[in-house]
Amino acid sequence: MLLAAALVSGLAIGAMYGLLALGYHVTWVVSRSVNFAQGSVMMLGAVIAFSLMLGWGWPWPLALPAALAGCAGFGVVLERVAVRPFRARGSESWLMATVAAGMLVENAALFVFGKEPRGMPSALARHPLMLFGAGILPLHLVILLTGLGLAGAFLVATRATPYGKALLAVVQNPRAAQLMGIDATRMTVFAYALSSALAGLAGILIAPLINVSADMGFVFGIKGFAAAILGGLETPSGVVLAGLLLGLAEASITALIGSGATVMASFGLVILTLYFRPHGLFGRAEIRKV
Amino acid sequence: MTFGISPRFFAIAAGFGLALGLSPHPARADPPPIPIGLVAALSGQSAVSGDAITRGLAVAIDEINAAGGVLGRPLELIRRDDESNPGKGIAAARELISRDHVVAFFGGIDTPVSIALVPIANKEKTPFIGVWAAGTGITRNGASPNYVFRVSAVDALVDQRLLRYAVTVARAKHPGLMLIDNPWGESNHAGLMAAAKATGITLAGAESFETGDADMTAQLARLKQAGADCLILVGNAAPAAEVIRSLDRMGWDVPVISHWGISGGRFPELAGPSAAKVAFVQTYSFFKTSAKGEAVLTELEKKYPAIKGPADVVAPVGTANAYDAMHLLALALAKAGSTEGPALQAALEALPPYDGLIKRYDPAFTATNHDALGPDDYLMVHFADNRIVPVD
Repeated sequence: MLLAAALVSGLAIGAMYGLLALGYHVTWVVSRSVNFAQGSVMMLGAVIAFSLMLGWGWPWPLALPAALAGCAGFGVVLERVAVRPFRARGSESWLMATVAAGMLVENAALFVFGKEPRGMPSALARHPLMLFGAGILPLHLVILLTGLGLAGAFLVATRATPYGKALLAVVQNPRAAQLMGIDATRMTVFAYALSSALAGLAGILIAPLINVSADMGFVFGIKGFAAAILGGLETPSGVVLAGLLLGLAEASITALIGSGATVMASFGLVILTLYFRPHGLFGRAEIRKV
Repeated sequence: MTFGISPRFFAIAAGFGLALGLSPHPARADPPPIPIGLVAALSGQSAVSGDAITRGLAVAIDEINAAGGVLGRPLELIRRDDESNPGKGIAAARELISRDHVVAFFGGIDTPVSIALVPIANKEKTPFIGVWAAGTGITRNGASPNYVFRVSAVDALVDQRLLRYAVTVARAKHPGLMLIDNPWGESNHAGLMAAAKATGITLAGAESFETGDADMTAQLARLKQAGADCLILVGNAAPAAEVIRSLDRMGWDVPVISHWGISGGRFPELAGPSAAKVAFVQTYSFFKTSAKGEAVLTELEKKYPAIKGPADVVAPVGTANAYDAMHLLALALAKAGSTEGPALQAALEALPPYDGLIKRYDPAFTATNHDALGPDDYLMVHFADNRIVPVD
């Protein structure tokens, strides 16, 4: 009973790790760079949505897309300012630049949004449903379904839509894709916008469960990256699955041992897994032809 | 041949004179203020607590300065943010002592930070007065002479009070403990175990939680299975709110009795409607009417326009404790006739009786007791919307 409730809530949080991991995956496959500000963008989504809804009184059907657009916009700017200039010079400094951008956003949020955590009200987080004798919030289910649905939609879109195919083409061979008239730069910008919107959505969805604060995204960002690595950065379904597994592992450890052991044990598991499967649970070794 | 002073020379000389602080019309030099420090959480999850303490200190300092200051000098408050982080607290305290030369400093809500500041106060011989953190070991630290004082609750005594309330009012037979996983939680774990043993109560169990935990149903379910019929909660506002929301999620309606960490943040907003059912301990309520209470409230309203009545004094214990502590420090300064640490420490241990906001201190501290408040000074309250009101 207890475990059933813990597992559903673990799956829901795992789905959010999955969304963040999917964001890491998208930029990685398209541009071989990763947005390490993902955690901060997640916070940005929650903070914008909170401010629009509670500060300005916007209804959620307006606030939600506005917040997502804000995050996507941030992704575009980030790519232009903190990624493209370095990649153009063949430098790996985008790594530090995106970390720095994330810190900038967090500190800006501290000044603008304030220092205290705030409660994001949600009709879906008010009355628990009793499943298997344990209380589960409708929001847990919504989060889980949204996470899985988006991951599924992403998989379908990359295979079935022209834009998705173009994305895959850039992944497979950027030079050839460019010769075929696909704008690789535009694809990279799109990847950053998409990954940021995914992170923002994760932030908005999870906010009623963990409160909105300027530092809410930091640990999530790291765990999302752990999921991405665990799943094998190259496989979209793998990173989402790894996110779910990480969430489940955390919830089970908390339920069985206690929350003091959660971070230690879950990251211990990540390291152990990578020791045996260096390319992640679902990844394959990259073949480089020389 | 004439010797004339050119206007240019005069201008330059006057410039030097001004630069050296010589003015053509010498005014009476103002005595330098006596710097007093505060190391508290001014940002982060417990920022509300730091603001509340600041308000109490500021109102008391205004009163003291309006009456001519102490030793003929005004008092000046210098604040440093510890961000609820012991490392930052240590750096802040060192800076206050060595650079700002504070004569004494006050502490904030976090026991881990205050515990870390104890050795600094004793080594630097600078009195440290806690106005919120309740960890037993802060004042009872074994140092002699002991430079740490407190105008606040003490965990060991609060724990006795919480357990007594659980048994007599909530009619609990097997309270379960939900404790934050840090030195403050440990301090209360020891205190509650001791209090339970002394009164012959069997606890259902003790569980701990982390500040960032998003779901506490696992710990709560274990307590429920162990037969807990009441919960005693120790944690700051954000994680404690998570406990309440997890209870709601489980559909477990159980009385919750809390230490006062929940009053240092936006607990009602974070915990939702069930926040109202949590009874918790305070040292003061601005709803308690007294002449002094009304006078202080009027000053608070004058100085802080957001305060329009007793309900608007958020985190009232921080304000009330800090207010009394500041006046006690001023009394000690006057009695010592000096700003030197050892003299001030001795004066704090031998203060004359003082009618404070919370109670009449007769005396506040002795050589063996550095805690100005005891269990008789605690009252039980709960949140009604955003207001903290007495339970009865």
